[in-house]
Amino acid sequence: MQQLIGDLMRTFDLAQSPLRELNEELHRQTDGSNEAHWEVLNPRGGHAIAVGIDAPIKVDVRGSVGYYCAGMNKKATVTVHGSAGPGVAENMMSGKVVIKGDASQYAGATGRGGLLVIEGNASSRCGISMKGIDIVVKGNIGHMSAFMAQSGHLVVLGDAGDALGDSIYEAKLFVRGKVKSLGADCIEKEMRPEHHEALAKLLAGAGITDAKASEFRRYGSARKLYNFNIDNADAY
Amino acid sequence: MCGIVGLFLKNKEMEPQLGELLSRMLSTMCERGPDSAGFAVYGTAEEGRTKITLQSPNAAEDFAKLKAALAKDKKADARLSVNDTHAVLSIPSDKVDATKALLASDFPSIRIMATGENIEIYKEVGFPTEVAKRFDLAHMKGSHAIGHTRMATESAVTTLGAHPFSTGADECLVHNGSLSNHASLRRELIRDGMTFNTENDTEVAASYLTWRMKQGMNLGEALEKSLDDLDGFFNFVVGTKEGFGVVRDPIACKPAVMAETDDYVAFGSEYRALAGLPGIDTAKVWEPEPATVYFWQR
Repeated sequence: MQQLIGDLMRTFDLAQSPLRELNEELHRQTDGSNEAHWEVLNPRGGHAIAVGIDAPIKVDVRGSVGYYCAGMNKKATVTVHGSAGPGVAENMMSGKVVIKGDASQYAGATGRGGLLVIEGNASSRCGISMKGIDIVVKGNIGHMSAFMAQSGHLVVLGDAGDALGDSIYEAKLFVRGKVKSLGADCIEKEMRPEHHEALAKLLAGAGITDAKASEFRRYGSARKLYNFNIDNADAY
Repeated sequence: MCGIVGLFLKNKEMEPQLGELLSRMLSTMCERGPDSAGFAVYGTAEEGRTKITLQSPNAAEDFAKLKAALAKDKKADARLSVNDTHAVLSIPSDKVDATKALLASDFPSIRIMATGENIEIYKEVGFPTEVAKRFDLAHMKGSHAIGHTRMATESAVTTLGAHPFSTGADECLVHNGSLSNHASLRRELIRDGMTFNTENDTEVAASYLTWRMKQGMNLGEALEKSLDDLDGFFNFVVGTKEGFGVVRDPIACKPAVMAETDDYVAFGSEYRALAGLPGIDTAKVWEPEPATVYFWQR
């Protein structure tokens, strides 16, 4: 009986009840919670849907969301069956966030862990200042992506816009398509066996079967901007 | 912040619903700009006639006087239809200059919001849904419309500081962002004969486009050129007699989302503005690219 209750899905209709109630209920969930699967209806581009969850639950959002969906996520798997506005999965700690459509600016910004999968395109500043999150984008990404990216992986099956990886630290970037331009201190690097292995794992984790690790190029830091050097003044 | 909504109808059968749809879109953007709001509606043109949208802080008095002045001249063939603090003056197109001269000399407190065959512009200080209600936006009809909710950053909260700004006959501009070189550009434009009513940065952008078009550029070219000459953050949505355009600065910090179906093209600062449109679930929805001019025309 316990098991049966555990499989029950809770449906929350944002056309009927306020967002604050949804987020409060989601915040009440803990490890081993009985209400492990949630469905959110009528998001209609609302802001801050399913932010701050700290439990291994599953949330399916049926429609498109606005700013900051699934921000600060811990342990939960949040799937948006639509597109996401700016700042999706911002500062995610762990868990998984899947966007079935496109994502707007700064997807996964400052994320510290977990996996963000964007099945469409991501626009500008994807993975800006990422600190350990893994981001997989099936489409293209916009300009200034992975700006000051510190650690984690950004995988792009399509093309990257201008100034990819500007002022990058130790995040690893893998792009299958064209890169319009690289930012300051970002260079192409060799794909060693450990990179093939890491990339293959990320692709598998994102459920991607039609792309091989060997089709990607790797980009990362030239490590010339780590410390201020007067000879680099022109680069600022 | 600020919020922008725009709707360009491809399907003529939807024209009676234009105001209702735009009014609903505008109401979703109140938080982005609670201090004032405005909208431009492109209605039906009347052969050989021009509409001048007027606004006055002493509307009752000014418009009554204007009506009396116009009635004196039997050949004037002018019609004044008052709508709250605004009024639409319909006159034969060959009398535009003479009418504007009369307004300037005898009615100093009346301001011209827009001039054109189709365009009407309404804007006021106040919460956007209240502003829309005051002018009964929901019952306006037309081919396309642009609305704006303002959160002032660069200049005072006044009627004239609200958007849209008129950029010429049947043309208007709304803006989300802030320009950083508007003071120097304003000085240059003043030297070249342009005049300004406010300290507002958007008015400089509107004036800039008018100035470029006076030099012979079309709107698309003027928008392309604005990417070189304007510094700062901007999403512009522009309306012309038959068209609707969108451009974002190269950094593209300000949010924008668009939707297109067989029936319409729509712009919103956020998806919330588009969520209530008919057929949105199957529409093509995308984020406009930075530094790219988009334009639709009937």
